[in-house]
Amino acid sequence: MATKEKSKTKNITIKIDGQDISVAEGSTILEVARKTNIHIPTLCYHDDLCVAGNCRVCVVEQIGARNLVASCATPAAEGMNILTNSGKVRLARKHIVELLLSEHNADCTKCYKNGNCELQNLASEMLTRDHLFLDLVADRHYSIDKFNPAIIKDDSRCIRCQRCVRTCEELQSVSALEVANKGAHMKISTFYEHPLFEVVCTNCGQCVNRCPTGALIERTYVDEVWDALYNPKKHVVVQTAPAVRIALGEALGMEPGKIVTGKMVAALKRIGFQSVLDTDFTADLTIIEEGHELLSRLKRALVDKDPKVALPMTTSCSPGWIKFIEHTFPEYLPNVSTCKSPQQMFGALAKTFYAQKRGLNPEDIVSVSVMPCTAKKYEADRPEMRSSGHKDVDFVLTTRELAIMIRQAGLDFESLPNEQYDSIMGVSSGAGVIFGSTGGVMEAALRTVYEVVTGKEIPFENLNITPVRGTEGEVRKASLKITGTLPDFNFLEGVELKCVVANSLVYAKRVMQEVRDGKADYHFIEIMACPGGCLGGGGQPIPTSPEIRAKRKAAIYQEDMGMTIRKSHENPEVTAIYKEFLGKPLGHKSHELLHTHYKARQRY
Amino acid sequence: MSELIQRVDLIFGEYSDQKYKVLEEALKRPNDDIIKDLLDSGLKGRGGAGFPTALKWKFTAEVPSDEKYVVCNADEGEPGTFKDREILSRVPRKVFSGMAICGKVIGSNKGLIYLRGEYKFMLPELLKELDTYHEHAKKLNHNFTIEIRLGSGAYICGEESALFESMEGKRGEPRNKPPYPTTSGFMGKPTVINNVETFVNVLMICRIGPVQFRKLGTTDSRGSKVFSVSGDTPKPGIYELELGMPLFQFVDEFGDGDTKAVQVGGASGFCVPRKKFKDTIIGFEGVPTGGSMMIFNSSRSMYNVLHNYLDFFEEESCGQCTPCRVGCQQLRKGIEAVKRGEKPVLYLEQLMKLAETMKITAKCGLGQSVANSFSSIVSNFKEEMIY
Ligand SMILES: Cc1cc2nc3c(=O)[nH]c(=O)nc-3n(C[C@H](O)[C@H](O)[C@H](O)COP(=O)(O)O)c2cc1C
Ligand code: SF4
Ligand code: SF4
Ligand code: SF4
Ligand code: SF4
Ligand code: FES
Repeated sequence: MATKEKSKTKNITIKIDGQDISVAEGSTILEVARKTNIHIPTLCYHDDLCVAGNCRVCVVEQIGARNLVASCATPAAEGMNILTNSGKVRLARKHIVELLLSEHNADCTKCYKNGNCELQNLASEMLTRDHLFLDLVADRHYSIDKFNPAIIKDDSRCIRCQRCVRTCEELQSVSALEVANKGAHMKISTFYEHPLFEVVCTNCGQCVNRCPTGALIERTYVDEVWDALYNPKKHVVVQTAPAVRIALGEALGMEPGKIVTGKMVAALKRIGFQSVLDTDFTADLTIIEEGHELLSRLKRALVDKDPKVALPMTTSCSPGWIKFIEHTFPEYLPNVSTCKSPQQMFGALAKTFYAQKRGLNPEDIVSVSVMPCTAKKYEADRPEMRSSGHKDVDFVLTTRELAIMIRQAGLDFESLPNEQYDSIMGVSSGAGVIFGSTGGVMEAALRTVYEVVTGKEIPFENLNITPVRGTEGEVRKASLKITGTLPDFNFLEGVELKCVVANSLVYAKRVMQEVRDGKADYHFIEIMACPGGCLGGGGQPIPTSPEIRAKRKAAIYQEDMGMTIRKSHENPEVTAIYKEFLGKPLGHKSHELLHTHYKARQRY
Repeated sequence: MSELIQRVDLIFGEYSDQKYKVLEEALKRPNDDIIKDLLDSGLKGRGGAGFPTALKWKFTAEVPSDEKYVVCNADEGEPGTFKDREILSRVPRKVFSGMAICGKVIGSNKGLIYLRGEYKFMLPELLKELDTYHEHAKKLNHNFTIEIRLGSGAYICGEESALFESMEGKRGEPRNKPPYPTTSGFMGKPTVINNVETFVNVLMICRIGPVQFRKLGTTDSRGSKVFSVSGDTPKPGIYELELGMPLFQFVDEFGDGDTKAVQVGGASGFCVPRKKFKDTIIGFEGVPTGGSMMIFNSSRSMYNVLHNYLDFFEEESCGQCTPCRVGCQQLRKGIEAVKRGEKPVLYLEQLMKLAETMKITAKCGLGQSVANSFSSIVSNFKEEMIY
């Protein structure tokens, strides 16, 4: 397998379609073409993954070479003369797309990806209407795995590009998907072809984000939600996660990086949700609970010298991460914060606190969440998540599904006015917003913990704790010396609080291996299962790429800066809920509703 | 044996009187000398692609690296080929010596033999000889060990980059090229991979010198070749013959008097019909072969022959790339459809174009070479495809 990035130093000159271009040595022909705005179709290539070179639709003609070359996999070399659209190339490409279609269940009108499918686009570009080859689908038995609450895998739509396999291995180090068999029987499979929910799959949905076709999709609950909305006996509340508001626009034709919070709220109200609320509220609540949990663990370790206290503590708001640790490092489950994810805190409160305040019977409440995430679909189905006495979150929609509902409702999204979240459980802080980015939970927690411990604001300009703002493709470590503690927290005086932030499970694994090998002395570990954090979640608009995620990230921090309240403990609704309902952080009610435990799972 | 056909005794010839003597001599020579000899000998790889061995070694020698490997390809999966088995069982010492010389020349101390899974039965004998080799290597102060790895029975694992993947414990899928093994082979390190027979040729060149070696064969195809002769022949078996002979001589010698076609180079090679025997040279200037020669007489249906090959490719394709995975199925189903009259005869033209696309777009040699047998059989035996 070729590696994508090499040290690019020397410059070379190549000719593409008659144009001389000077490029850094090590670039592929495809990269050069893109820089020159020459479009070469691709299928197996993806910006986030190493090069596979297996679909072959990106072939181009290299004058003087016997065969065509795959532009995604071939480095540009001095003096190359490339034709990207010669007769030879066009015929070959057309053949290849026709071949893919001949073994493809191409009934697009019954396919979830209709309208957002790379194969479909290519077929339309190639004018494939004459069926050059025989139909191979009829005598095939393709399997569909539809037992998973989060992800559906339909082999009849698979073009075997292996993007999913590479995603699961390279970004997530899970390898739940692998290639099985050879020749005509080659397929993407799981351990002994078990359904996805029985294997190590974390439901992160990263493979879904990168599948070019309808072979890997989320399980959709759009119809169920419409049914609930049309049911006059039901009171339907919706919560929206932080990362949805900065990505939803993309799925509705807008540029990446647009903040559409107000329009999203307006759309949800027009769709008919009785109450449009904010997961950011429970993100703030998570910070209070998790911050106190961290302090209490530190106290037990430093003051009581309790050898049983599990440190470092890891965050727990990413359900993909939870399932990963259950499978891969079950011995470290005690290190995971017992806090539920903000989605599940919200669900538990919706059918207790909210129901009480609104005088509703919890049975009549349908609680819907809109998430950038597919793992949250699975999470909502977990048996642990029924502490209100009902299913705490009834339906989880992805950002993409919300876009579908908005289109179905006939709304012209861009022209909607900006509207405000309802109350109660609709107020949030900037700290809650940045939960959507890697490093955000850490930053939000530090803004609060530092102030609880010292009585002073954390000493960073504008509260922007940039050292913990994670980036993709690395493990970010930071430490913070605590001085000037309040009497209750004297045990932390002079302590260097060591934090580490990781996104993508491949980096989570690295951090946990360090911990396991005794090579780490962290206190607090933030892990988000997806590249860039929730903003790169498996439920976000497709396509995804490092550039797109960078724009979403900028939008998140911009939204944080624009908020009047920046710290979770200053969220007035948070203060109020402790006074009226929860009592105190880590109190009895909190434990009942907001905390949980997870279980070890098999390693295959 | 007719006088026209030159039988040779280079590969299978006697060992030198003293064990590992040629290796001992070679170890005393400068590396450049050995490479120059290989260059002068005109030796080309015997695994199929015919790449000049001297250049392969030279390129690998020139790459600086803390670790390099010498790999002997003994996967021998091509249908109708069984010559590497014969070489390894009759003259294993020559193979090990050739590898050890390569280790010296490129600066590697690790050799690996990837042995076809079905040849497991040879393991005890080979290991015994390997012990002897290691004893001598020690005596000669040559730090080069050889290890044998067993393949798992997939034809594609004979393709060099798939072979590396397989030895690394991964699924045997060919890699993108470049990079080539000379810079990034086994474990991503510079690697020379050669066929079993190529290593023996190297040893023989060291023994008899390039001048003597060049006397065999033609300008483009120097030396001798071990052929696996099968099919409609009264004398199937393994023969070492001079390269570059005209096919008609071969047929005179091995045919049963009723030869209709010869498949040169196995399923991935070319089918030569009777009318072209006269003008066909067996060698790199004509029809190259990794050793397989299958003879068909007039009782054979060439449709069935082709169908068998296509079944084989459909099964043995690794399945990763589109043109090969789907193309193989289309070709097989396509000729069936024409035969049954479900598709017009013209559809064969469509399939020939498809085969051409496979040749120029498939990721590795397997998919690229399906067109060889397909096009040569369909164009030469069109009536048999239809009726
Ligand atoms: C599908 C496929 C199968 C191959 N199988 C073999 C094999 O069994 N033995 C072999 O020596 N070369 C095989 N080759 C060729 C190797 O890739 C490689 O070119 C060869 O081992 C190089 O050795 P040489 O330079 O000595 O010929 C195969 C190639 C392809 C594409
Ligand atoms: S995957 Fe794409 S091409 Fe296939 S049926 Fe769905 S929309 Fe159509
Ligand atoms: S499931 Fe999707 S990503 Fe995976 S190989 Fe099939 S088409 Fe490609
Ligand atoms: S959802 Fe995540 S863990 Fe599961 S198969 Fe896809 S990439 Fe792998
Ligand atoms: S040509 Fe065939 S064997 Fe080679 S990589 Fe492609 S599918 Fe695999
Ligand atoms: S995009 Fe280049 S081979 Fe698939």
